[in-house]
Amino acid sequence: MTAALFAAPALLAAPPQQINVPSIAYGALSPLLIVFGVALAGVLVEAFCPAAYRRMVQIPLAGGGFVAALIAVILLQHKHEIVASGSVAVDGPALFLDGTILLLAIASLFLLAERSGGGSNALVADAAALPGTREAGELLASTGTVTEAYPLMSFSVAGMMLFGASNSLLTMFVALEVLSLPLYLMAGLARRRRLLSQEAALKYFLLGAFSSAFFLYGLAMVYGFAGSVELGAIHDAVGNTGRTDIFLYLGMAMLAIGLLFKLGAVPFHAWTPDVYQGAPTPVTAFMAAGTKVAAFGALLRTFYVAFGPMEWDWRPIMWVVAILTMVVGAVLAITQTDIKRMLAYSSVAHAGFILVAFTAGTVDSVEAVLFYLLTYGFSIIGAFAIVGLVRNPTGEANHLSSWAGLGRRAPFLAGTFTFFLLAFAGIPLTSGFMAKFYVFRAGVDGGAAGLVVIGVITSAVTAFFYVRVIILMYFVEPADDGTTVALPSAFASAAVGLGLAVTLVLGVVPAAVIDIAHNASTFARLGS
Amino acid sequence: MVHHDSFPWLTIIGLIPLGGALLIALVPAGRDLAVKRIALLVSLVTLGWTGVMTAQYDTAKAGYQFAQSTDWIKQFGVRYAVGTDGIGLVMILLVTVLVPVVVLASWHDSHGAPGRERPSSVRTFFVLVLSLETIMIGVFSSTDVFLFYVFFEAMLIPMYFLIGMFGGQHRSYASIKFLLYSFAGGMLMLAALIGLYIQSVHQFGTGTFNLFALEQLHLSSGLQDWLFLGFFVAFAIKAPLWPLHTWLPDAGAEAPIGGSVMLVCVLDKVGTFGFLRYCIPLFPDASKTFAPYVVALGVVGVLYGALVAMYQRDWKRLVSYTSVAHFGFIAMGIFAFTSQGGTGAVLYMVNHGLSTGALFLVVGFLVARKGHADIPSFGGLAKRAPLLSGLFLLAGLSSLALPGLNTFVSEFLVLVGSFTRYRVAAIVATTGIILAALYVLIAYQRTMHGPLKAGLEQVKDLDLREIAVIAPMLSLIVLLGVYPKPIIDIIKPSVAATYQQAHRTDPPPLATTAANDRTTNQDGAGQ
Repeated sequence: MTAALFAAPALLAAPPQQINVPSIAYGALSPLLIVFGVALAGVLVEAFCPAAYRRMVQIPLAGGGFVAALIAVILLQHKHEIVASGSVAVDGPALFLDGTILLLAIASLFLLAERSGGGSNALVADAAALPGTREAGELLASTGTVTEAYPLMSFSVAGMMLFGASNSLLTMFVALEVLSLPLYLMAGLARRRRLLSQEAALKYFLLGAFSSAFFLYGLAMVYGFAGSVELGAIHDAVGNTGRTDIFLYLGMAMLAIGLLFKLGAVPFHAWTPDVYQGAPTPVTAFMAAGTKVAAFGALLRTFYVAFGPMEWDWRPIMWVVAILTMVVGAVLAITQTDIKRMLAYSSVAHAGFILVAFTAGTVDSVEAVLFYLLTYGFSIIGAFAIVGLVRNPTGEANHLSSWAGLGRRAPFLAGTFTFFLLAFAGIPLTSGFMAKFYVFRAGVDGGAAGLVVIGVITSAVTAFFYVRVIILMYFVEPADDGTTVALPSAFASAAVGLGLAVTLVLGVVPAAVIDIAHNASTFARLGS
Repeated sequence: MVHHDSFPWLTIIGLIPLGGALLIALVPAGRDLAVKRIALLVSLVTLGWTGVMTAQYDTAKAGYQFAQSTDWIKQFGVRYAVGTDGIGLVMILLVTVLVPVVVLASWHDSHGAPGRERPSSVRTFFVLVLSLETIMIGVFSSTDVFLFYVFFEAMLIPMYFLIGMFGGQHRSYASIKFLLYSFAGGMLMLAALIGLYIQSVHQFGTGTFNLFALEQLHLSSGLQDWLFLGFFVAFAIKAPLWPLHTWLPDAGAEAPIGGSVMLVCVLDKVGTFGFLRYCIPLFPDASKTFAPYVVALGVVGVLYGALVAMYQRDWKRLVSYTSVAHFGFIAMGIFAFTSQGGTGAVLYMVNHGLSTGALFLVVGFLVARKGHADIPSFGGLAKRAPLLSGLFLLAGLSSLALPGLNTFVSEFLVLVGSFTRYRVAAIVATTGIILAALYVLIAYQRTMHGPLKAGLEQVKDLDLREIAVIAPMLSLIVLLGVYPKPIIDIIKPSVAATYQQAHRTDPPPLATTAANDRTTNQDGAGQ
C-alpha cells in the first residue's frame, strides 16, 4: 500500500504542461464524434424547429448520423492504437462493438420511429403530464410524441460506443453516465401505463446511480493502488507487484459490481424485469441489445487489459456469478406471465452464457463474446419489435394469455417470433446456436467445462419457456379478448426483417462474421 | 475407408424433399388436393432416386460410399461432409420408403386429429413431413459430427409442430414433453461434442469434426467415459431406452398417425443408429465399460415395455410401448459386440420400422373410422371388416416376431448374438417374445373378435387408398421374412467394420470353449 503511494508522486510531480494540449486523433475518433455531433444537433433541432416538423427532421438526422458513423467504423477497421492521451482505444474489439452498437441503434431507431395503428407510437406526447389527470387522458389520444427521444438516444449510443472503447477508468465512468442518463429518461416515456413506466424509470435511475457510485468508488481505490486510471498502467502495476493489496481487491470488486449491474448479471439483476416491462417497448429493445453490448465491452476491456495479470483472483468469483446468472435467469423466467418480463429474465440467462466465455479467459473468449453480442442483439430487437405489435384496446398485450392463437391471427409474425425464440433456445440453423457453440467452445477450452455443463442444462431449462410461448401461439385456440396485431409500418418491418435476416444468415453461413470477430479480438494496450 | 463420388447422390436425395416442401409452401391456400399430389410425387421421386443410388452401392467395398465434403465453417473446422455405409444406407432406404406411405396414409387426416373444432392447414402438414424427410436423410448421411448434430437438433422442430398442431387432445403436453426430453439430451451431447472437438484441437493442432479423424483421438479413459455418457444419454432418450422412454407413449399416442409413424419408425432410430455410428467408434473403451449396463437396460426395457403394453387401453399407446421393448432388443444387440448381434440389431431397426409402421397404419384405419383407438370400445370388427382385421393380424404377427415374417430373423439374430456374451440377459429377454405374443394377440382378439359392439355396425372395410397404403408395407414384411439376404449383405460388412474400429471381435464359438473345458477337466481328473 505504501509502495503504491510512493509510486504515485512520479505522476503528481509531472510538469503541468503535459496536460495542456492533449492531441486528439480526430480521424480515429470520428465515429464517436459524429454521433456526439448528431446528438447535439438533435438538441438544437428541439430548440429551433417547429414542433410539427421535428419528428421528420430528427429521424433522418439520427439515422444519417448512425450510418455515417458506421461507415467511419468500417474505414477504421484495421486501426490498433490508443488515442486521446491514452483514454480511448481504437482497436478491434472497440471497433467491432461500435459497429454492432450502431447497427443495433439503427434497428432500434426504426422501432422508435414506428407509427402503426392510428398514427400514434409507443412514446408519450408530453412526459411531464401527471398520470391520472385529464391532460394525460388527452395525451393518450394525441398523435404527437416526445421528439427529444431521438437526441437522447443518440447521446446514449455515443455513451455505449465510448464505454467499450475507454482505455481509462475515468473515461469509462463518463461513458457510463452518458449512456445511462438518457436511458433513465427514456424508460419513463411510455405512452400507456404511465405509472408503470415512471416507476421503471425511477427504479432504474436509483439502482443505476447506486451502481455508478460503486464504480466510481472502485475507480478511486484502483487509482490509489496503481497511481493511474489508464488501463495499461494498471496492468503494469498489477503485474509488477508480487504482493496483495487491499485497495486493488476492493477496487476491482467495486468496478465489477458497477459493470455487472449494467449487464444484468445475478445478483445485480433485480432492475431488469421491472425496467424491461415498464419502459416503452422500442426503448426496451434498444436497452436490451445496446447496453448489454456496451457493458460486456467494458467488462472485457477492464478485466482482460487492466486486471489480466490477476486472472486467477477474479476467475473464481466470475465462475460463481456466471452460474448464478444462468440458473437464476432461467429459473425465474419460467414463472413469468408477462412476455417482456420473460424476455428480461431470459436476457439475464443469456448474460450468463456470455459470462461462461468471459470467465474461461482463453484466446477465443473475446471473439466468442463479440459474436454472441452481435447475434443476440439482433434477435432481441426483432423479438421486441414483434412484442410491440401485439396490442389490445388498452395498449400492448404483454400478458402471455393474449398471445394464444397468434399463429392464426398473424402467421408471418408468429412464425418470425418463433424463429427468434428458437434462436434464443439455441436450436441449430439459427444464429443463437452458433453463438452458443462459440461461447461454450471457449468455455471448454479455457478449462471451464463445469460451467459449460451447467450452461447446457440451463439452456434446456430456457427452452421450456420459449417453447411454451410457441405452444400458446400455435397449439391453443385464440381467445376473443380483443387482442389485435397491428399492421407494421415500413419502419417496424425493417427492424423485424433485419433481425430475422441476421439471425438466419449467421445461423447458416456464419464464416464471414466469425472471421471479422476473430480478427477483431486483440485489445490495444499502452505500457510495457 | 471413404470412397468419394463426383456425383452428389446424397445431397440430391436430401434436397428433393426440401424442394418439394418449398414448392408446397408456394401453393395458394385451399388447393389441398394439389398439395397432397405434389407431396406424394416428391416422396416417390425421392424413393426412386434412393433406389437408383442403392443399386450403385457396392457391398464388396468396405467403408463409406457416395462421400462428398466441402468447407462450411472453416474457423471451427466444420465441413459439409456426407457419405454412407451400409448401416446408413438401409436407414435412408427406410426413410424414403416410409415417407410416401405416410403421405398417402395422411390423405384424409392431414388437417389435424378428428374431433378438432378447427382444422389445421394441410399445406403445413406436408411441408413439415417433407422437411423432416430432408433432415432425416441428412442425419443418416452426415460424416461430420457437427453437421450430424445440426440435423439431430433440427429434426425436433418439424416433429414438434407435427405433434403440437395436428395431434390429439393432449397434444400440447405431449409435444412439449417430447421437445424438452430430446433437447435436454441434445444439449448434453453438445457439451460432449465440444469436449471432443477441444481434444482434437490439442492433439491435431487444428480442430476438426470429421468423424474419421475424431476416431483416431487418444482419449484418457476418464474423459472417454464422460464424453461417451454425453452422447449416450442423448441417443438413449431418442431411442428410447428404459428409463428415459416416458415421453414416447405420450408423443406416440397424441401425434397424428403419419406423425407417429415418422416419430417411432424413423426419428427414434437415430438413437440406436447413433450408438453404432458415434458411441462405439468414437469411444471404444467406454463402450466396452458401459456395455453390460446398456444390455441390462435393454433387457429391462424388453420386459417393462411388454408388461406395460399388456395393460394399455389405447392401441397407439400399446404400439408405443411395444417399441420400447423392441428398442431394448436393438440396444442389446448392438452392445453385445458380436457380428450376429450387431447385424441383427440393424436389421431389427429396419424391420421395426416396417412392422411398427404397419401396425400404426392399421391402428390409423381404426382411428379414421371411429375417431379413437380405445381397445374396449371395439369388438367383433372382423365380421364387418374382414380385410382390415386380416391385415391387422398380419401387422400384429410381424410385431410379435412370428417365424416367416421379417422381425423373426432380426430378433433371432439379436438373441443368438447376445447369448454368446450375455447368456442370462439373452435368456431373460427371450421371455419378452412370449409376452409380445400375449399383448398383441389379446388386444387383437378384443378388437376384432367376439360379439360386434354397439356403434360399429356402419364400419366399412378398407378402401382402395388404404390398401395401397398398407400393401407395400406388408409385402416388405413378408419378403424380408423369407429372403432377408439383400439387406443383410448391405449391413454385415459395415457392422463388422464398426466393431473392428472398437477392437471387438466375436467371442469363440461356445461349442469349442465347452470342448476345451471338458479336455481340461479330463486332464485334471487324470492327474
